[in-house]
Amino acid sequence: MLLAVLSGFLVAALAPLVHRLQPRFGGWLLALLPAALFIWFASHLRAVGHDGEVLLQSWQWIPSLGIHLAFRLDGLSLLFALLISGIGFFIVAYAGRYLEGHRDQGRLYVLLLCFMASMLGLVLSDNLISLFVFWELTSITSYLLVGFNHASKPARLSARQGLFVTVAGGLALMTGLVMLGMVGGSYELSELLTEREALTSHALYAPILLLIVVGAFTKSAQFPFHFWLPNAMAAPTPVSAYLHSATMVKAGVYLLARLQPALGGTELWTAVLGLAGAFTMFLGVFLAVRSTGIKRVLAYSTVMALGTLTMLIGIGTELALTAAMAFLLAHSLYKGALFLVAGIIDHETGSKDFLDTGGLGKAMPVTALFAGVAALSLGGIIPLFGFVAKELMFEAVLDAPLFSGILATLAVASAVMGVTVAAIVGLKPWYGQRVQTKKSPHEAPPALLAGPVVLATLSLLLGLAAPQTQSWLLGAAITAVNGAPVEKSISLWHGINLPLMLSAASLALGLLLYAGWALFRRGTRFVDLLAKIGPEQIYERSIDGITRLSAWQTRMLQNGYLRYYLMIILGSTIVLVGSQLFAFRDHITLLFDFSDLRLYEVVVAGVLASAVLMAVLTSSRLSAVASLGAIGFTVALVYVLFSAPDLGITQVLIETLTVILLVLVLFRLPRFIKLSPTHLRLRDAGLALAVGATMTLLMLSVNNTYYFPSISEYHIAESAPAAYGRNIVNVILVDFRTLDTLGEIFVLALAAIGVLAMIRFRAEDKDT
Amino acid sequence: MNSLSLVLRTTGYFLLPLLLIFSVFLLLRGHDEPGGGFIAGLVAAAAVCLHLFFTDVPSTRKLIHIDPRDLLGWGLFLATVSGVPGVFMGDAFFTSQWVELTLPILGETKLGTPLLFDIGVYAVVIGTVLTIVLSLAEAEE
Repeated sequence: MLLAVLSGFLVAALAPLVHRLQPRFGGWLLALLPAALFIWFASHLRAVGHDGEVLLQSWQWIPSLGIHLAFRLDGLSLLFALLISGIGFFIVAYAGRYLEGHRDQGRLYVLLLCFMASMLGLVLSDNLISLFVFWELTSITSYLLVGFNHASKPARLSARQGLFVTVAGGLALMTGLVMLGMVGGSYELSELLTEREALTSHALYAPILLLIVVGAFTKSAQFPFHFWLPNAMAAPTPVSAYLHSATMVKAGVYLLARLQPALGGTELWTAVLGLAGAFTMFLGVFLAVRSTGIKRVLAYSTVMALGTLTMLIGIGTELALTAAMAFLLAHSLYKGALFLVAGIIDHETGSKDFLDTGGLGKAMPVTALFAGVAALSLGGIIPLFGFVAKELMFEAVLDAPLFSGILATLAVASAVMGVTVAAIVGLKPWYGQRVQTKKSPHEAPPALLAGPVVLATLSLLLGLAAPQTQSWLLGAAITAVNGAPVEKSISLWHGINLPLMLSAASLALGLLLYAGWALFRRGTRFVDLLAKIGPEQIYERSIDGITRLSAWQTRMLQNGYLRYYLMIILGSTIVLVGSQLFAFRDHITLLFDFSDLRLYEVVVAGVLASAVLMAVLTSSRLSAVASLGAIGFTVALVYVLFSAPDLGITQVLIETLTVILLVLVLFRLPRFIKLSPTHLRLRDAGLALAVGATMTLLMLSVNNTYYFPSISEYHIAESAPAAYGRNIVNVILVDFRTLDTLGEIFVLALAAIGVLAMIRFRAEDKDT
Repeated sequence: MNSLSLVLRTTGYFLLPLLLIFSVFLLLRGHDEPGGGFIAGLVAAAAVCLHLFFTDVPSTRKLIHIDPRDLLGWGLFLATVSGVPGVFMGDAFFTSQWVELTLPILGETKLGTPLLFDIGVYAVVIGTVLTIVLSLAEAEE
């Protein structure tokens, strides 16, 4: 499974090359990877999906912290992995044609494949920490994909909004996961899932749950974090179809479903998830009917679907979880198809709004047909799989142990408007009066049609074969979410009962609402006023506030005068170190032992001191530079005398480079004159002496106070046998503490880029 | 910065290859004797800076062929990748892996992922110093 996850990243690295060599069919070539992954996952259908086995594999990552690359393939992971790789195949092929000739098409492939790999990692992870890492990777790839058209300002703002919301939630999630790991005594899902009693009765249960819920809600666009998802539609359409409908936004739902056996079933769980989910569902579909932009309608109806899923997981009964998994599958299929159709409309006619479309069915009969099939599933109409899911949803809501009345009311109201959305998507562009479009429409090419055709057909086939779908695919997923096998059987026809009547009623009312669509939009204009105080406004305000705060803080602390920077840094050092020294003053013994003082040590110290005096008192720049150089070389000498040759060499080289850099900037400096009056110079001298005194005290106390045994012994003993090296300094750098060094060279590289940017932008400013 | 010092230019042409070879020597012996990627990188960067002093920026850029910014990327890439073999050998990320070889000229030689990591450090250090120095020098001209 490690290979299944890593292959996405590897192929992503090759994608630009493939695209360059094969610009026309690159999409199809790269789509072979998701296809292969799909086949690989499908080969587990018998063992995992049908027989209910759970595959576990584990690789070491950071064993000392209990972090592993542990993977788990059970029913739930398998369902998600099949959706991710299967829909991924159509998306990559589609992107090859949709953005044909785009300057950055290679980059799109890279990001899409990286996203796919991260998403697979997320749903396959058995370790909370690696799950979190993949979770954040999906946020980052989503950010880059939403901002794909980076020349457009709205795209950049939407990308940033999505990133901020999901990453803020990610921080909450991380806290929650770490707390969960501490309380449960393990970061492995396989162990946590069996600890339900201990976890739900723990004092930290409520904070853990709420933190994880915030993470899941931001990712899955639940109220009040729903606003970023419609804005994310700035991404190219295949991206919207893949990330912001079929897969990534379901990550939050996945996490809730995954943790259901460990954390679910309490009143808090049902209240938070059930009510928030139900409200999101209603709000989403209401806003969908109010919108006219093709992708906006679809985005808001995705919000509705995510709300439905959250609500069902919140209810948490066997029936509700069955409904959740069925609904998840149904939604991924029809919404993926409909988004791809939206892309086709945009690609073939140039229209992005439902009001600009109409009568396209004659020119694009195949697209119209399959859009209609997918819309039927969206509307929940027999015999599509969406119907099965909707019936189960009604049944689960009516049967809910808590809040059944509220949930049922919201569910029926949402279903009515859901039918309206289906009608808007399935009828408006294709039939009725022909509306003049920017481009004259043609039937879409195979690469664009493949996805909608297959996904819509699957919506139909799975509906007809509902019992088989359960026994091969959904059953194991439901078992995984429930924590134990479920008796409920899924079938297309349940007889004439209350859910069926509710479906029929919502169908009729929904079509009625479609007939009065324009009227409805006009009648509900008042909600635009509400949007002015909605969560999106709070987001905008807080972003503005943070910008102002940091501008103020930068003015105060980083005003561009180097001496103030130094004063702040040195002042804080004195206060922090000094206060600790003062607090531990009883433990510190200062020992002045000059018995083994050598003559050369006195000489070196004398040279150092006089060089310092020279540097401070001189009135010429050149001699100041020279004395600084003398100080550096003397320090290097000290290193060599106290047997640290590596440090000594480094110091000499750094001094040499400092001289080179000084020579380069020397001409740019103003004339060397004394600008500060005497009292300021006295203040600086006082500060400098205080720093010196603090550091001296610190060194003296460190030399005579031992709290811990030194680690040097270990390094000296282990260096040659364990790390094959005799130079301990180097062994520490490249072996014992590699990760530290890696961090340092990243900082070094960043510093170089920072300097480069500074010099370049200065130069460009001057030019313009 | 077209220095006219004949002495500098003449010695520079001789010193440059010597310094570069010396830096590689420092890099390779670093695991056992004083040296290592950081020091070696500084030596190499200083050598290129020397070249910059007796010629100009375009010819120095030509000398090093590769854009120092690319060196940053390659260095970070190599250093990070050197952690991967450990994972496939069933150890933690960044656990060093060694092979002992008997090579025709060098005799008993040990090769390991820490060397790869050190080469990464070497590249990043050269890249950092040269990015800064060259862009400063360019701004000067």
